[in-house]
Amino acid sequence: MIERTVTIVNRKGLHTRPAATLVKTAARFQSDLTIRKDNFEINGKSIIGVMTLAAEQGSTLTLQFDGPDEEQACVAMEDLFRRGFDEE
Amino acid sequence: MDTAAGQEVVLKGVAAAPGISLGPAYLYSKLIPRVEEKSITPEEVEGEIGRLRNANARSEKELLKIHAYAEQKLGSQNARIFEAQIMILADAILMGAIETRIARELKNAEFVIADEITKYKQIMLAAHDEYMRERARDVDDVMNRIIRNIQDQKLFSKLEGASIIVSETLAPSDTVIFSRNQVLGYATDLGGVTSHAAILARSLKIPAVVGLRTSTKTVRTGDIVAIDGYAGLIVLNPTEETIQTLERKKRRFMEFEGRLVNIAGLTAETLDHKHIELSANIEFDTEMEFSREQGSAGIGLFRTESQLIGRASYPTEEEQYQAYRRVADGVFPHSVIFRTFDVGGDKISPDTEHEANPFLGWRGIRVLLDRPELFLDQLRAILRASTQKNVRIMFPMVSTIQEIRRAREMVSRAQKELDARALPYDPGIKIGIMIEVPAAAVLAEEMAGEADFLSIGTNDLIQYLMAVDRDNAAVAPLYQQFNPAVLRTIRHIIDAGHKKGVWVGMCGQMAGDPLATVLLVGLGIDELSVIPSVLPEIKKIILSIKYKEAKRVADKSLAMSTEQEIREHLSSIIKNKVPEIPFDE
Repeated sequence: MIERTVTIVNRKGLHTRPAATLVKTAARFQSDLTIRKDNFEINGKSIIGVMTLAAEQGSTLTLQFDGPDEEQACVAMEDLFRRGFDEE
Repeated sequence: MDTAAGQEVVLKGVAAAPGISLGPAYLYSKLIPRVEEKSITPEEVEGEIGRLRNANARSEKELLKIHAYAEQKLGSQNARIFEAQIMILADAILMGAIETRIARELKNAEFVIADEITKYKQIMLAAHDEYMRERARDVDDVMNRIIRNIQDQKLFSKLEGASIIVSETLAPSDTVIFSRNQVLGYATDLGGVTSHAAILARSLKIPAVVGLRTSTKTVRTGDIVAIDGYAGLIVLNPTEETIQTLERKKRRFMEFEGRLVNIAGLTAETLDHKHIELSANIEFDTEMEFSREQGSAGIGLFRTESQLIGRASYPTEEEQYQAYRRVADGVFPHSVIFRTFDVGGDKISPDTEHEANPFLGWRGIRVLLDRPELFLDQLRAILRASTQKNVRIMFPMVSTIQEIRRAREMVSRAQKELDARALPYDPGIKIGIMIEVPAAAVLAEEMAGEADFLSIGTNDLIQYLMAVDRDNAAVAPLYQQFNPAVLRTIRHIIDAGHKKGVWVGMCGQMAGDPLATVLLVGLGIDELSVIPSVLPEIKKIILSIKYKEAKRVADKSLAMSTEQEIREHLSSIIKNKVPEIPFDE
């Protein structure tokens, strides 16, 4: 299991489009992804779950990867957050 | 509401997407499926799950069609809204949970879906954020689609010929699917200019008016309706005269808009290079994109009251900070002027008290100074958003010098509190005031001595100066924005500001009236803040005139003694200088 803390960098935060990009990326890997924000936990492969995270720019999330390809999943996801979901 | 057959009725709402059209109404009552809780037997579980999967597959097919159509019409960025809805349908975690509950709790599929999806919706609604509320609406849209498909209700999207859709509210998918059927316009009772449906209507170039409140009760399918997406109104049973007026307006706007495409990137300055800061009035951060597209140089008035909509209490410093930060970052490198809460009068307030005379009562800065905790929360939130030095503060309804001094003291206090928490802000933040009370106008020079800028709020200033309530039809004609008394007051304010070396702007409706532009430029106004939809027009006028000539126009207008003379004079000037400008008649 790997755990990482990431920050939302894109201006509009984790709105519908980045949420879709996030879930799509998570779905490429076998590993489970759990996202935690302020004691609130959701499944990172569930779009409706990710959509409930009111994550604005600057807020931080804890990502937990668990599975056979957790390292690759973690690299891909951290990169996606760094790029601000390619939003702007 | 019953109206005599054939009688013309005008309904006023909010302009959401520009354009004018005329046609038969189609009253669209959204089929919100009724969901009943029913128990099923263990033998029925398989069949129930089968129905759920079928409905999902059908819903996906519908949404894929809508998505493909949206992609072609709106581009892939905008079509992504539907992609998210398709992904919800394919959400294995969600659907797994629903199937498990059907089998374990022995309940019908519709009930479990509604119950399960509503949980997520509640979390979104609890966020008290305009964006999350819109998102909850998308989730609702998917839920209703699945349930409707389970209940084998047909998706209604075929219309008989071209129509104006009249509805309580519209989901984004309604907006798109209707547009395949020659929709002439959208009129809704609810909704704001920032709803997804309004944004889509603008992209689809279909006129839309929202917030009509009673249109679904007044209009019936087949009634002839004219929709004016510039003025934000619909006319039921328009007379021949109304139709002709609107047709002319439409032609002029279309010709004019065709020529405006390339000026969004230009700076607003006169032919002899006098620069006018031309910015936008907005209420929600989602309007920033549109105002940028319209070519605004920043936000001249951000109405922070939008933070109070639908709330029972004032938002916390942190909630406000998040909102203001989004706006400040979004508008960078341009600036934004945050006007502190202007509650009271006709404006919303979470704790409204009944007053016999609200416009002369407890409102604007008066409320804030009486509620220091509330005021300090807001000031700290605005200050914290100012770290990029592109934020300004403006106080509404100032009527005395002491009020400015006390408000400035509050800013200092908020700054000290932030220092204590080691939070950064712009120490040189500019603080301005609205001039909208006649007493403040008379003392404009002294006021300017205490402020970094002045912004003339014409709506209230004219109402107080002329002693007329413009919502009262009996006296409405006395609400004269070109009355010589109003113009001389404006000149006095501008001159007073300049004498003290501070800039003077205007953010009332008059700033966005094309008839006023030459006059205001001639009077020496430094900034005009207008609703985004009229911005290109005002810019076009500024680009077409000389400051030197505008000064002469202003001098001549100010020497006149009736509003009518002044209007005629200004109208002849503009028709001569910028003949392509379309006017409301």
